[in-house]
Amino acid sequence: MSNTAGAISVAWSGVSVDLGGRTVLDSINLEVAAGSWTTIVGPNGAGKSTLLRTLAGTVAHSGTVRVGPANTSEPSGRNRARLLAMVPQHPVIPTGMQVFDYALLGRSPHQGLRFSASTKDRRSTEAVLDRLNLTPFSNRAVDSLSGGERQRVVVARALVQETPVLVLDEPMSFLDLRHQLEVLELVAELRAERDLTVIGSLHDLSVVGQFADRIAILDAGRLVADGHPAETLTSKLIARHWGVDARTEVDSEGAVTVTVRRRRPA
Amino acid sequence: MTSKVDRLNSGGGGQSLLGIRWLLAGVGAVLISAAVSVASGPVSIPLGQVARELLDHLPLLEVDSSLSAADRAIIWDLRAPRVVLGLLVGALLAGSGAAYQGVFRNPLADPYLLGIAAGAGLGATIAIVAELRDVLGLVDPVPLVAFAGALVAVAAAGTLSVRRGQIGSPTTLILAGVAVANFFTAIQTFVQQQNSETLQQIFAWILGRLSTAGWTEVQLLIPYAAVSVVGLVLAIGPLDVLAVGDEEASTLGLRPRAARRAVLVVASLGAAAAVAVSGLIGFVGLVVPHAVRLVVGTSHRRVIPLSLLFGAAFLTLADVVSRTVQAPAELPIGVITAFIGAPFFLVILRRQVGS
Repeated sequence: MSNTAGAISVAWSGVSVDLGGRTVLDSINLEVAAGSWTTIVGPNGAGKSTLLRTLAGTVAHSGTVRVGPANTSEPSGRNRARLLAMVPQHPVIPTGMQVFDYALLGRSPHQGLRFSASTKDRRSTEAVLDRLNLTPFSNRAVDSLSGGERQRVVVARALVQETPVLVLDEPMSFLDLRHQLEVLELVAELRAERDLTVIGSLHDLSVVGQFADRIAILDAGRLVADGHPAETLTSKLIARHWGVDARTEVDSEGAVTVTVRRRRPA
Repeated sequence: MTSKVDRLNSGGGGQSLLGIRWLLAGVGAVLISAAVSVASGPVSIPLGQVARELLDHLPLLEVDSSLSAADRAIIWDLRAPRVVLGLLVGALLAGSGAAYQGVFRNPLADPYLLGIAAGAGLGATIAIVAELRDVLGLVDPVPLVAFAGALVAVAAAGTLSVRRGQIGSPTTLILAGVAVANFFTAIQTFVQQQNSETLQQIFAWILGRLSTAGWTEVQLLIPYAAVSVVGLVLAIGPLDVLAVGDEEASTLGLRPRAARRAVLVVASLGAAAAVAVSGLIGFVGLVVPHAVRLVVGTSHRRVIPLSLLFGAAFLTLADVVSRTVQAPAELPIGVITAFIGAPFFLVILRRQVGS
């Protein structure tokens, strides 16, 4: 199940995106090391999702996006889908589609023109469902599951793709605290098991510094800070870009917890 | 929800097991409906003898059906062509219906409701009126011209209901389809009034019929049916991926627009060929795939093959009803399918409104 190809790196060089005359991303240069977990944070409208969508090739951009070793060109279509799997912010859940069938979609970049799933396709799908404790839900309709279960099913589809890079766009939007932590713990375990490069975006700052080993702060389409959580999740930067008063706490292992405080009238 | 379906396919290989069981059921339904249809008619031939006669024609089997030569002629020259035609048309209408529903992510899509049948109808009328048959000689051009009309109709309905790459609501597409259908029917009526000598031929065709003169229609339909069925089966993978929307489909390595266009072409070819030989038979493409999805779930790996099989059986049985309910008179088969399909459509529509 582990990725034999090994971890790969991802890099944006001079990537800009204009949508309807508005500059959503302004010449982004960012390199994500192979096997690292990088999380992009920033206030609403900073361009986090757009940055991730340039990876997926679903938004027109200038500059170059590299997935894999240096000097490789930007992959397209099927090849890209074999390198990089997306967990979208608002996944489209087809009405009535069963969990197994949904997760099996992850095999499609590996399939030729064929009308039924091969034994290998089924095996790897079953293995992933088993790993995520989803086997009992295998024949349930995805849209009948709870938010937390559904999120795991979407992660399952991405894992079935067996890509070296996993991209998570706000994976916890609709989850309560416990399920948010569960999803992040799961990603951490899978990253270790499969030697994955993880790239995510989050708007909630409280726990992000405990999971990512690198934080990139995006504000109004520009990359304004980038580095270890202890260097980037500081009261000063949070005040500057989010306009809130925050207290940060760094533990002995370098993990950062952010607490946001209410502003009381003087 | 621990239904029978759940128990059937629980466990490792359960998913494929369920598919195989239903596939066998579909093949059984096709065989039984064919035998019943061959057996029923003004001259009664017992079902057992029909079954034996059919078995006798399978390779390597010698079965004596003890039928008279006249009965044999009735079976092979009169009834069998009609049954085969019904099976092909039913399979094509239901299979293309399932594909349209997948492509538009719309449970209400149906060759008839989308205006595709009307487009094919206009094409076929023009071909009949212009006597294109004489121009081209050997190849019958009616299905080809009908196909062109079907593509124009589906493109029109699709374009009208899609704005900036966003697929409109299910009802928008159906309303666009109704408008397109009415427009094409208006042109068709105009064309046919200009050519009153072909009026009867065209009217018989509009109501939908499966009457045949020997094997001619079947031979005409088979090449188109073969291409369309192969295309629909190859469309299974892309259709499942398209279910998650264009953006996610492209992250799964599919080019959604190209895939959607390709599926529309093969589905429209099948629907147009069916319409060209049998006229406007509505609702088969709606009722059958919907019933299939209720039983085996929404994956096209099961929906497409089962829609083809049960569509064939459904239309064949509808034909039996159309021939027997007012015997010796024959009710147009489109009346039977509309009688079942229209209330069914309303039920699905109600659910759409509810969700």
